Amino acid sequence: MNDIAKKVLSGDQRAIARLITLAENNDSAATKVMADIHPHTGNAHIIGITGVMGSGKSTLICELTRIFRKQRKKVGIIAIDPTSPFSGGALLGDRVRMMELAMDDGVFIRSMGTRGMLGGLTSAVYDVVEILDASGKDVIMVETVGVGQAEVDVIKIADTTLVIIVPGLGDSIQTLKAGVMEIADIYVVNKADRQGVQQAVAEIESLVDISCSEKDRKTPIMQTISKDGKGIEELVKEIINHFKYLEKTKEIEAQRRLRYEAELIEIIKKSLMNFIFDESKLKNTVEKKLDQISSKEVDPYTAANEILGKILK
Amino acid sequence: MERKIRVLIAKPGLDGHDRGAKVVARALRDAGMEVVYTGLHQTAEMIIEAAIQEDVDVVGLSLLSGAHMTLFIDVARLMQEKGLGDVLIVGGGIVPEGDIPKLKKEGIKGVFGPGTHCDVIVDFIKKNVKR
Repeated sequence: MNDIAKKVLSGDQRAIARLITLAENNDSAATKVMADIHPHTGNAHIIGITGVMGSGKSTLICELTRIFRKQRKKVGIIAIDPTSPFSGGALLGDRVRMMELAMDDGVFIRSMGTRGMLGGLTSAVYDVVEILDASGKDVIMVETVGVGQAEVDVIKIADTTLVIIVPGLGDSIQTLKAGVMEIADIYVVNKADRQGVQQAVAEIESLVDISCSEKDRKTPIMQTISKDGKGIEELVKEIINHFKYLEKTKEIEAQRRLRYEAELIEIIKKSLMNFIFDESKLKNTVEKKLDQISSKEVDPYTAANEILGKILK
Repeated sequence: MERKIRVLIAKPGLDGHDRGAKVVARALRDAGMEVVYTGLHQTAEMIIEAAIQEDVDVVGLSLLSGAHMTLFIDVARLMQEKGLGDVLIVGGGIVPEGDIPKLKKEGIKGVFGPGTHCDVIVDFIKKNVKR
């Protein structure tokens, strides 16, 4: 086994951090190590945390971590913020809300940019979950970018998905109903000391009540005030209950399979794109086709089929 | 292989003036870098722990309280000790000219005072980043 893989499995912070960088940069050196660690994964409870920007996701994660640490669980946190589509840069600011966790060696926090991926995640997030899982974390929390309506990729990666809502969004809760509002395993109404909390809870309750799902589990609605640490212990209980439910109903296996499917597709997509746009491979053909499309000699569908034909032959 | 420069921007010590840090963070973002901002009141140990976990190429320190000779040097020495010698350290804030040679000797490779153009900092980082 590779040296860096051994160190990751022993929980070495620097090895974990370095392997994440390699994976994030699509470095071929990561591939072998990822193969070595894969058999050691599958032990962590993966929690996805999503919600609109400013809903308090980072602060909530900090408070949840505090309780998980009291239970002597090791915690990994992946905090995703948007990459600029213009400069390719990013300002990753979630650590600011998690400052008190900085000196706890049972907590590993990694900030990541979306790097062009839509859907609220970043394409290397699957690798990072595997790495943190293999390194012995009991709980891994994935914080999405602040979402609008349709960024629902987090359910592909998380065993338990929390959708964070704040009071006062009023009618916009209605607009949230398709998409993000469909993916919650637990709804969290944060900032529950604000005006309009009853209304927000009632709106979600009515949404849950009209569900025709045949599952015997009703999606719970929790209220929290994360800046004061209120409602957090109850939320942790619900998170753990949900995991037990997944194990009891064997849904956990389907959930994990869904994650591997998403990861596999992501890897294939990346490799395929690299192949198509690599100078030494198909790049020249692609350029030629682009010229032909521009001069109307060929249409985009035919061009695409011809390029794919070269790969599939 | 896509390689992005990752930078940690931190404010060690007790001063609460982070406008400069934010201006620099934004300029680096606009130059295509990934900037991790840690917020105010960081100890040297917190900064190093974040630098390890985030696997950054650069640590940028901002300080306006006058304690740079203690705090910048603490961070630089602790980084050496923890094996982060290949991480570029830069600093900014109210730093008298006379202090700069000593800071450079201690490993703070670039020191930028008020009025520095953002491009100067971006170029310095691009030229001096080690990995």
